[in-house]
Amino acid sequence: MAESLEKTEPSVVLQKIDTPEEKRRKNRIKKVAIFTLTLLITLAAGVFLANKPSLVQNENSVISGLDNTDIVFMIVSAILVMLMTPALALFYGGMVRKKNVLGTIMQSFTALGVVSIIWFVYGYSLVFGPDVGHLIGNFDFLMLKSVSLAPSDIAPTIPHQLFAAFQMMFACLTPALITGAFAERFKFKSFIIFLILWTTFIYCPLAHWVWGNGGWIKNMGGLDFAGGLVIHIASGAAALACCLVLGSRKGYQKENMPPHNLTLTFIGLMFLWVGWFGFNAGSALCAGTLATTAFINTQIGATAGLLAWIGVEYLHRGKATVLGGMSGTLAGLVGITPACGFVNSTSAIAIGLIAGMVCYILTTFKGKFKYDDSLDVIGIHGTGGIVGSILTGVFASVLVNPAGADGLAYGAVHLFNVQVISTLASIFFAFFGTLILLLIIKKLFGIRVSEFEEMQGLDISQHGENAYRLQI
Amino acid sequence: MKKIEAIIKPYKIEEIKNSLVEIGVVGMTVTYVEGFGSQGGHKEIYRTSEIAVSFIPKIKIEVVIDDDKLDETIDAIIKHAKTGTIGDGKIFVYNIENAIRIRTMEEGSIAIQ
Repeated sequence: MAESLEKTEPSVVLQKIDTPEEKRRKNRIKKVAIFTLTLLITLAAGVFLANKPSLVQNENSVISGLDNTDIVFMIVSAILVMLMTPALALFYGGMVRKKNVLGTIMQSFTALGVVSIIWFVYGYSLVFGPDVGHLIGNFDFLMLKSVSLAPSDIAPTIPHQLFAAFQMMFACLTPALITGAFAERFKFKSFIIFLILWTTFIYCPLAHWVWGNGGWIKNMGGLDFAGGLVIHIASGAAALACCLVLGSRKGYQKENMPPHNLTLTFIGLMFLWVGWFGFNAGSALCAGTLATTAFINTQIGATAGLLAWIGVEYLHRGKATVLGGMSGTLAGLVGITPACGFVNSTSAIAIGLIAGMVCYILTTFKGKFKYDDSLDVIGIHGTGGIVGSILTGVFASVLVNPAGADGLAYGAVHLFNVQVISTLASIFFAFFGTLILLLIIKKLFGIRVSEFEEMQGLDISQHGENAYRLQI
Repeated sequence: MKKIEAIIKPYKIEEIKNSLVEIGVVGMTVTYVEGFGSQGGHKEIYRTSEIAVSFIPKIKIEVVIDDDKLDETIDAIIKHAKTGTIGDGKIFVYNIENAIRIRTMEEGSIAIQ
């Protein structure tokens, strides 16, 4: 009986009418075909556009101005900064609930993919290309065209391409930082669109203002050694916009949402910390005394933040926690980022301590506000970045870095004012810009997973995977 | 035959197992469980927010024994599970209709010896 059914059923019926599943499969094949075709066309265009000179230069063994020590230093720094994005995936991944760990990892992971390609195609050009109206770069460096292996003005001892690669890692990290604010509820498809739009319309202009030749904050004399404004304040302000548009997680403040694996978070933090040396010391753009100053200040800032947080926590709660220590370390690292190449080590202790304490106080009051900044991007990156940026205006000294300026502590007011203005401008731009982008995405594609998908968790609902299968 | 189900503090398991083996219990099943009783959970701190965790990890022991060993077994469990603090756990006793050893198909008390 069973055998005869198997023989008659499939072949006759299925060939004539497609079942819904079959239709979906064919539809999917069609989509994959279109995607592949687009990719091939892009690739062909790329090959067509790619400049021949830079390829030829590969064969020139000697290019004047290059310093091999600096090249080694910058390649290692770029590798360390690259490590920070996957580290962030682990750091955030451990802090969410078990059902969302892969969804959270995937957000940082895809940021690495999407932003790297954007950076190559037009991101680098928009940030470091020749200036247009002090606001953005032009398209001269599209597809890294005319970005050669010869040195550039901005980093005179390393190949221009190496500088572009180093900066690429920063661009990847920044949108990944924001993912902590909307953890456990962002629709994956919309997230990819968000990544593209945010990098294009928020990161690129802001990075140009601060670092690009001709950018208005740079012209004004604003100091940001390794990315306090561009990376931490921008991601913090964007995080606030995300919380407001997305709304809280289902059950927020009613159910317990404890981190599911703090050891994973610890591994992530340690990689972040190690990566941060490349991030800060590498921002000197050459091996030497300035890189050394930044290196030492990074360690001092981080550990001062760690001690500040667990100290305050112990006095406040009676217990020093590991997650608290990790948060303090991160706050210290974020705080020292804009300052590390402009201040001396004593000031670095002050910056780390203040950043740790201020971030502790702000995250304590988070519960009073209605927003659900799930993994404290505003409380740590936003706040730490603001503290660091303002304190750069207090503690910076030309004795440490002649390219910098004197701050309040050395009797000069100008730098402090400039730091306040550039901080406020960055917050304002990143917040309202992100708000507009999110509202557009919400209108066109929807932004949150459905209530059922949220209950199921992102791992299963968005990616069809399960992180932990501990039974056979 | 009786089944004893005991919910105990996790770190007491080795002590209790040894005492039961000493009085001649030849098998047990252990499950890692979570729950709450009159103790009502405890507090944990995650980045400045204090949360009340109501389900606390416990271990559930299940042993099936002959009727005549019941009091001795219960006494042994109590003796080693008791700390005198809240959250020491509970013991439940059930009647067992039959027991079958799968390998030999022996039934009744032979199957649990």
